[in-house]
Amino acid sequence: MSLISLIATIVVIGVFYFYLAQSWGVKQWTIGTNKLHSLPRYYGFWVSLASMIPALSLLLILSLADDFLFKSMLNNFYPSDVLEGNLVVRAIAFTKVMNLVEGIRFGEPEAWIQTAANAWIGWQRVSNLIITGATIFSSLIIGFLAYYRMSPEFRARNVVERIILWGLVACSSIAIFTTIGIVLSVLFESIRFFKLIPFQDFIFGFEWNPQFEGAERAGSGGGTATYGMLPMFVGTFLISTVAITVAVPVGLFSAIYLAEYASLRTRAIVKPLLEILAGVPTVVYGFFAALTVAPFVRAAGAYMGIEVASESALAAGLVMGVMIIPFVSSLSDDVINAVPQSLRDAAYGLGSTKSEAIRQVVLPAALPGIVAAVILAVSRAIGETMIVVMAAGLAANLSFNPLDAVTTVTSQIVTILSGDQEFESAKTLSAFALALVLIVITLALNFFALQIVKRYREQYD
Amino acid sequence: MTKLPLNNPLTPKEAAVRVAATLKRRGRSERRFRFLGVAAITLALSFLVLLFAGILSKGIPGMFQHYVVLEVFLDKDRLDPGGDMSAASLYSGDAQGLVNESLFSALNNPGGRKAKRAARSVLSSGSALRLTEFALDNPKLIGSKVLIKFAVDDDIDSFMRGFISRQTPESDRRINDKTIEFVDILNDASLISYEFSDYLFTGSASRDAEIAGIKGALLGSIWTLSVCLLIAFPLGVASAVYLEEIAPKNRITELIEININNLAAVPSVVFGIMGLAIFIIVFGLPRSIPLVGGIVLALMTLPTIIISSRAAIRAVPPSIRDAALGIGASKMQTILHHVIPPAMPGMLTGTIIGMAQALGETAPLLMIGMVAFIVDVPGGVMEPATALPVQIFMWADFAERMFIQKTSAAIIVLLAFLIAMNAGAIILRKKLERRW
Repeated sequence: MSLISLIATIVVIGVFYFYLAQSWGVKQWTIGTNKLHSLPRYYGFWVSLASMIPALSLLLILSLADDFLFKSMLNNFYPSDVLEGNLVVRAIAFTKVMNLVEGIRFGEPEAWIQTAANAWIGWQRVSNLIITGATIFSSLIIGFLAYYRMSPEFRARNVVERIILWGLVACSSIAIFTTIGIVLSVLFESIRFFKLIPFQDFIFGFEWNPQFEGAERAGSGGGTATYGMLPMFVGTFLISTVAITVAVPVGLFSAIYLAEYASLRTRAIVKPLLEILAGVPTVVYGFFAALTVAPFVRAAGAYMGIEVASESALAAGLVMGVMIIPFVSSLSDDVINAVPQSLRDAAYGLGSTKSEAIRQVVLPAALPGIVAAVILAVSRAIGETMIVVMAAGLAANLSFNPLDAVTTVTSQIVTILSGDQEFESAKTLSAFALALVLIVITLALNFFALQIVKRYREQYD
Repeated sequence: MTKLPLNNPLTPKEAAVRVAATLKRRGRSERRFRFLGVAAITLALSFLVLLFAGILSKGIPGMFQHYVVLEVFLDKDRLDPGGDMSAASLYSGDAQGLVNESLFSALNNPGGRKAKRAARSVLSSGSALRLTEFALDNPKLIGSKVLIKFAVDDDIDSFMRGFISRQTPESDRRINDKTIEFVDILNDASLISYEFSDYLFTGSASRDAEIAGIKGALLGSIWTLSVCLLIAFPLGVASAVYLEEIAPKNRITELIEININNLAAVPSVVFGIMGLAIFIIVFGLPRSIPLVGGIVLALMTLPTIIISSRAAIRAVPPSIRDAALGIGASKMQTILHHVIPPAMPGMLTGTIIGMAQALGETAPLLMIGMVAFIVDVPGGVMEPATALPVQIFMWADFAERMFIQKTSAAIIVLLAFLIAMNAGAIILRKKLERRW
């Protein structure tokens, strides 16, 4: 049976048990048993959950386990040259078998592949039968046991509530597992990368050309692959600096105006408009940057007699700056609004003008929050991907000139990992190392911002 | 604080003079400061206007394209060599020949191989397929003459829009003089029409700009978002309920909260890498499928949904809970019957905003391979697919002039969806949210 229909069957059994147990409860009422501990539907839930949860867990475990089991059983079929070969050879052999299993033939397969595929299909049939039988049987039996053991004194509500509670706990812990998953997936591959390329060569290397990887392995010469991340680090820094130079003044002054000067009406109109900028997908910004802003910057440069690369850091940074304006402005707006009115009133009472009150009282009070907002904006800029992929190009130049073409950590990750990868190569693994650097930087910035807010927050009241 | 000159006090008159002298300067600086604020907002809004103007100005023409209306004789023998009107038989028929013949007759039967080739280059390469599909849909019309509109080739389309000039020397142009002559003949016979592009919404991915459409990408996005919604909404609401209503104040709760904040700060591309490493490499799921895309986007939008759901739960006043507990409801009954229902509009609003965020996201989908060139329309969550923003990304890379317009048109569709979703969220909040 297919997975979907199996799940559907188990659910149908669960629904059946629900009504069975509920009607049992209702019957207890009608025959005048006053001792029924919970409402009838809780008995229904209990029996239904008892039939479904173990069966579904069993299904999950079995269907995850069978592929691993089959893969290890397949080892008996591989010829010796595959068994002794490296991971790539084995992966290719495995794919050949799987292709045959799925009925895809390229010419006449080798004899051992044919037998292995036949064996695999046989195992699949058996395991399918076992899984189907075991899950349906267990759902019927456990459900029946739960139904059979019910009594009016049984505290069904408490049990059901306990199950719901554990369900809620499990859902909340997904956040932890996701973080662990992110860290582990990146860390393992990075460690493999650092076995191939020394750590210091990666962190302090001045040159980045992974594209020679294939040439080197094929022995055709033409250059060696180098994995120094400094050019990308500088490129990321450069583009983020441009973005921050645009976003912080514009965002901050917008926030000040909206919080201190604007009428309620203006605020109600302008604030959502600014937030539209945050809602525009980054791929749209990337398209805009590549198609409109980059040629404009180039033309403006040519007009002033300056040579500008067609994929300049300036164009990508400008557009990225526009993207993070609402980020800076809405965070700063919150912080400025949190400064109590009494501080402003005190400043006005001393005779200061509105701008003096803002500059000398409100902004200093709001400073930790504003700094935190800027740091978060920097972290956003560093992690931004699509704009730089589409507008900043791939040339790994080590340059501090915003008019040059540079590349960033994120755009290299995308270039390396999107499309077909040769796995087990230092080139593919380098993307994971770059991701590790990216995570460390963004999380550090995030942590730093939180610390600033925590340490310097003024407690008013 | 400057030290006051106490030993040499000013008379009130002197003080007034001093203040009056500085007032002008202070007033100027006040106005300057205020102007900076207005300038900043104007600048930000003008960026917005520029962005939308740029996209609309290219995208609205991109929703239209030029067609040639030709009278085609649906010759049964040639269209349907198998004679059984089956799809296989029709697809092996000579639709191309029929299209060419009616084109040649509209062009007064050009002679010579070169002229014929120039004539054929007027029409899109998808014309034969269009005729075949027309025959499949209208089997009754076979044997008669019908008017069918065929898309013109993308270069001809650009020529009709004036992007390719006649003045350019023939060798520098993408279309030759003979072709232009034919286009003029068709145009003079008013056989060329400029209409809403029916390929935009019904066409699949194609390298030919004139017949490329977003149908596959749109469906891929819908599949991906469905998976994302099915995972993110229950998980997000459950987490929010637990953290807000039940969780004891201990280190585990704190750990969960820190992790949620961290996840909100992780760049989206990293979620894609996690999806690649865990679901594709470890679990062995196929690449490019909406299932993996949906899971990755769900994990990415989870913090957004949790944070807004928590805010919605917090907005339910404690008196409601106290009342429920007071008449003997258990903790769980209070939550399920009296906290979640009034908080639901707020939770749904947050979910819609999270979904809008997921719809526009591109980078994680690139990582898990939803960027392949997929012609088939995906029929489920396990079939290779691409998504609307990824399609935009791919089209943006193509050099053909018409693809720029198609990309902008696709962006308009994407933005329309996003605006609709956000507007829906706002309406939901306005309509259903209770003020306590």
